[in-house]
Amino acid sequence: MTGAPLGDLALVVSAALFAIGVAGVLLRRNVIIVFMCVELMLNAVNLSFVAFSRTHGIDGQIVVLFVISVAAAEATVGLALILAIFRHYESVDLDLFRRLRW
Amino acid sequence: MSEYHPILPGLILGLPLLGAALNGLGAFAWRENKTVPTIVGPLTVLGAFALALWNLSAMRGAPPHEASLVSYWTWFSSGDLHVGVTLLFDQLSLLMTLIVTGVGGLIHVYSVGYMRDDRGYSRYFSYLNLFIFFMLVLVLAANYVLMFVGWEGVGLCSYLLIGFWYENREYSDAGKKAFIVNRIGDFGFLIAMFMLYTAFGTLDMLSIFERAPGTLVAGGVLVTAITLFLFLGCVGKSAQIPLHVWLPDAMAGPTPVSALIHAATMVTAGVYLIARSGVLFALAPFSQAVVASVGAGTALFAASIALQQNDIKKVLAYSTISQLGYMFLAVGVGAYTAGIFHLMTHAFFKALLFLGAGAVIYALHEAWDETGEHGDPNDMRNYGGLNRFMPITWRTMWVGTLAIAGVFPFAGFFSKDEIIWEAGVRGYAVLWGVGIAVALLTAGYMTRLMVMTFHGANRSFGEDGAGERSHLHEVPRVMWAPLVALAVLSAIGGWVQIPEALPLLPSVNLLHAWLEPVFQPALAVAGAGAAHGVVAVHGATVAPGESFSRTSPLGGGEALWAVLATVPAVAVVLLVFRSLSRRRYRRAAQAPEPRGLAAVLYHKWYVDELYDRIIVRPLLALWRGCWRIVDHRLIDGSVNGLAGLSRIAGWTGSQLQSGRLSTYILVFMIGALLILGSLAF
Amino acid sequence: MGKLYGTHWILTLLLAVPLTGAVACLVGPERRARWTALATTLVALALSLPLFWTFSTGTAEFQNAASFPWIERWGISYAVGLDGISLLMLLLTTVLMPLVVAGSFSQIGRRERAFYASLLILMMGMLGVFVSLDLFLFYMFWEVMLIPMYMIIGIWGGKRRIYSAVKFFLFTAAGSLLMLVAIVALVHLHQQQFGEASFAYADLLRLSIPPRLQLWLFGAFGLAFAIKVPLFPLHTWLPDAHVEAPTAGSVILAGILLKMGVYGFLRFAIPLFPSAAMNRGVVAVILLLGLIGIVYAAWVAAVQPDAKKLIAYTSVAHLGFVMLGVFALTPQSLEGAILQMVNHGISTGALFLLIGMIYERRHTRLIADFGGIARVMPFFAMALTVVALSSIGLPGTNGFVGEFLILVGTFQRYPVVAVLATTGVIFAAAYMLPMVQRIILNPLTDDENRELSDLNGRERAVLAPLLGLILLIGVYPQPFLDRISPSVNSLIEYVEARALPMEAEQEPEIPAVAFELTQREGNHTLEEERGEIGR
Repeated sequence: MTGAPLGDLALVVSAALFAIGVAGVLLRRNVIIVFMCVELMLNAVNLSFVAFSRTHGIDGQIVVLFVISVAAAEATVGLALILAIFRHYESVDLDLFRRLRW
Repeated sequence: MSEYHPILPGLILGLPLLGAALNGLGAFAWRENKTVPTIVGPLTVLGAFALALWNLSAMRGAPPHEASLVSYWTWFSSGDLHVGVTLLFDQLSLLMTLIVTGVGGLIHVYSVGYMRDDRGYSRYFSYLNLFIFFMLVLVLAANYVLMFVGWEGVGLCSYLLIGFWYENREYSDAGKKAFIVNRIGDFGFLIAMFMLYTAFGTLDMLSIFERAPGTLVAGGVLVTAITLFLFLGCVGKSAQIPLHVWLPDAMAGPTPVSALIHAATMVTAGVYLIARSGVLFALAPFSQAVVASVGAGTALFAASIALQQNDIKKVLAYSTISQLGYMFLAVGVGAYTAGIFHLMTHAFFKALLFLGAGAVIYALHEAWDETGEHGDPNDMRNYGGLNRFMPITWRTMWVGTLAIAGVFPFAGFFSKDEIIWEAGVRGYAVLWGVGIAVALLTAGYMTRLMVMTFHGANRSFGEDGAGERSHLHEVPRVMWAPLVALAVLSAIGGWVQIPEALPLLPSVNLLHAWLEPVFQPALAVAGAGAAHGVVAVHGATVAPGESFSRTSPLGGGEALWAVLATVPAVAVVLLVFRSLSRRRYRRAAQAPEPRGLAAVLYHKWYVDELYDRIIVRPLLALWRGCWRIVDHRLIDGSVNGLAGLSRIAGWTGSQLQSGRLSTYILVFMIGALLILGSLAF
Repeated sequence: MGKLYGTHWILTLLLAVPLTGAVACLVGPERRARWTALATTLVALALSLPLFWTFSTGTAEFQNAASFPWIERWGISYAVGLDGISLLMLLLTTVLMPLVVAGSFSQIGRRERAFYASLLILMMGMLGVFVSLDLFLFYMFWEVMLIPMYMIIGIWGGKRRIYSAVKFFLFTAAGSLLMLVAIVALVHLHQQQFGEASFAYADLLRLSIPPRLQLWLFGAFGLAFAIKVPLFPLHTWLPDAHVEAPTAGSVILAGILLKMGVYGFLRFAIPLFPSAAMNRGVVAVILLLGLIGIVYAAWVAAVQPDAKKLIAYTSVAHLGFVMLGVFALTPQSLEGAILQMVNHGISTGALFLLIGMIYERRHTRLIADFGGIARVMPFFAMALTVVALSSIGLPGTNGFVGEFLILVGTFQRYPVVAVLATTGVIFAAAYMLPMVQRIILNPLTDDENRELSDLNGRERAVLAPLLGLILLIGVYPQPFLDRISPSVNSLIEYVEARALPMEAEQEPEIPAVAFELTQREGNHTLEEERGEIGR
């Protein structure tokens, strides 16, 4: 078994995950799910980085570590914001959050 | 005999100006005090008159000379245009100064009585003094710009004095109308000055007149344009057709003002300007023909209106317009001395007639004040039989009437006769005929005025007014004394110039000889022009240097026509007197409306109405349109439209910001894909 | 004394005084602000008056001039100087400002500190514009004026003040941004031709600019100035701004700000781009617009019900005369135009002050609300009559001399234009006299008008200098003309020598005529200067 098919497979999966994430962000209105889909997109990218690191060296894995830690920070802030917004609106429907229009 | 130098020239002008300043100050500082204006007002003018007389004797004693210039300071100079505050003393300007200060002084004295009870007494004398100052500036100016100062200055004083009783809307309107109509004339004066400067590089009169024959092509377009624009100025100031409409309205002012400004002095400024610029007019035969024709036309037109007016001042106003027409006829045909001669005699008899009318109005006013009667004190239908109550006014006004009617030997006879004669011998046959006709009309309307005012039964009071009539009496001495003085001048003022052609009389040639140095250049130009056939416009045959054919268009010499002119005038006076004395007039309140031709004349040929329809109202509509449509709709509309447009564009753009996160992300995705795609390919 | 008036220090001091005054107004107590402002403007007046006598006539050079590098990298310098034109404008400013301040005492009742500080900042801006000889400095002062004026209209104005203030701001800013572009283009050209950037007026005059490009740059400068003048059809901001502004704002707007436009043409647009300014098409357009302004604005003025609006439109007409004089480019017309700028500042300023005085009493500007008030306000009536007559150019008042010179000069070159413009004297009477009549004459019927009190001592003191100047300039304008004429003559010579037809590719050798900016050492005395001129 050569590395190439495995890498290709990993990229295909990563692309599929990313697409699912995008679709979720675009289509869902529940803020929590949108947030999860964002995480999904991040992890899809992580997967590609890891896959590429097999052929391109260790850099990809280092980036993945960065992404994970940034994602963790982002999740904290994001969830805190969502919580605050939920307390105000008593809803997690994204379409209601339109206060930042002009 | 020593050289003539003007004596105290600054004081001649300075005295009236000082009077104006003092009285103007008084109008604020000591409004109730009437002593100061009473002393300062007349005395400054009479002082100037005394100085002018002194100058006259000095000038008579000196040999004929070049005109004397008195320079004060450079008013403004820019590039090669230098305008100085410079006065010109020659025979003509001194004569005008004498008329202005002499007649003006008498009218100031008269005003002391006439305006005695007015609350604006000090203000009145301030304006009147200021008028004398500006009038003197006008006649003494050595360049056209300074003359224009006087020209507009007298217009200003006229405006202030017409609207003197400013709380009457009609009076204020009349003042405004006078100023605006005069400005139309001033427009012409300004354009003429621009042209003169372009042609000569200076606006000093003497150098223009000196160089004009060499610089301007006789009969050319330029000189014709210059003179026509100058004449436009005269038409405005001297109330000739078509700008005559302001003068009748100007009668709103106090009567002494009408006498001084709107009869004796200011309105004759146009005649003075043309006489002064005789050289230019002599070079432009076409303009001369225009001046003479407009003058004759106005004389006839205004005289016809005067026949049907009932307001005593309106009759005199139209009479003034008509007499000014005579003067323009004279200067138009090139008879400058005749024009100035008539200007002088007219100043005497018309001031007299106006002051007489003022006396009548004053007397009626006083009587009505005491009896509580109401009515228009200017309306002759409310007069009648006043000769019993006001003998001095009555007699002096008959002198004025006979003078203006041209009855021998009163002043008007000589001056009018000379004008008509000069027009005739220079080949203006039609104008000559008009002149004779107007003389008869003049005799007619003036006799009508006298009959309606002084003869027949008195109509000033109701049916049983016998007791109330005792309130009518002669005016105080301070008012009748000037009347007497002017009556003397009106009677004998013509004797300074008695044509040699008249039999049984000594020939007197004072005025012609006196003014000869001033008008000599113009006459020389006219003579030279005739030699080259320029004067052929009106078909006269004139040999250079000497004279015109000494016969009238219908043949016959001057003496014959002088007799032929005065006999019908006397006849008209007698005829009108007889026929009108028997007529019973009704008071203004009960009088019927005139009909037919009388109505047309009564309504002054409907000129005011015509102007209102075809000029005033369309102009106002146009101006409103400019404001409401062009300014508001077009310009502001497009500016505000532009603002609206940018607001709409901004709103459209702002709609992109929906606030929906998914939309943002979609756009973001598309953008990212596009960038990636462009990187790939 | 001699030292101060021979050098640029006097100009710098004149700029510093109002700025100091403004700061003093802001930090001082509210009640004292008006006195601080009055004192400041009086000091500036006292400082500036000797300039009139120490100014040496007979030379077109800039006097009291100096130039110091400021931001050397970009060639920006602090360059100031006076010639005859700017001298008169500067004096007009310093004469009007104390009157404006004193005239505001009774009208401005709130936020006095801010108001008087704005006035003083504005004053600094105006003085700066008139003395700047560096385009960066000029532009800075030009924009500095904008903001205080915007606030004066917008805060202390009438009912529609916001609309008017925004309109004023947008009109003016739109023009000046284009001018900024053109200034940058000029500096860029200087970099190309001489290897270094410079904003200095004297340097930029040396540029040779292709005639086509001159047209564009002239257009950009010209638009900014034409809006300020204002030329028809860019005038509609003016009536609104005048009507809504408090008296002080109106007086400054009409008296001084409008002159900036004309001054800009004289100082910058025309000498920098002579080929464009002499271009037949350009001249024809400007003369036509000036002519339309004269006649059209007079017409519109004649039917205005609002006294202030009427006077605002007369400003358009008067400035039309001035533009005519400037672009006819004859000695008489130019001298007349500059004198007329001064005249207009005096007489229109006085008119606005007068209308402001009755507005304070009756709180209406509608002409129809008055009538017959000469009986209760004789002094007011006298002043209004004199000022109105000066405004319509009655001989013997200042208005006549300026108008006459403009027209006589214009007639030399464009007779038809001059004749048409002269009809303006008729229309002038047709708008001004009815207004005077309906305010002070006619029957006194309104009870509120019966109660009016005549002008008080302060108001008379404000008007007296203006009335005096009206008569003085009317009778003896020569000292003013003496100071203008060298500058005017050298401008004409310079422009005529350098103007090229549009087809020409290259500029000819620059003739060594006058109009050089001479910069002197700071410590020269006046006597030395006179000596130099004699050489």
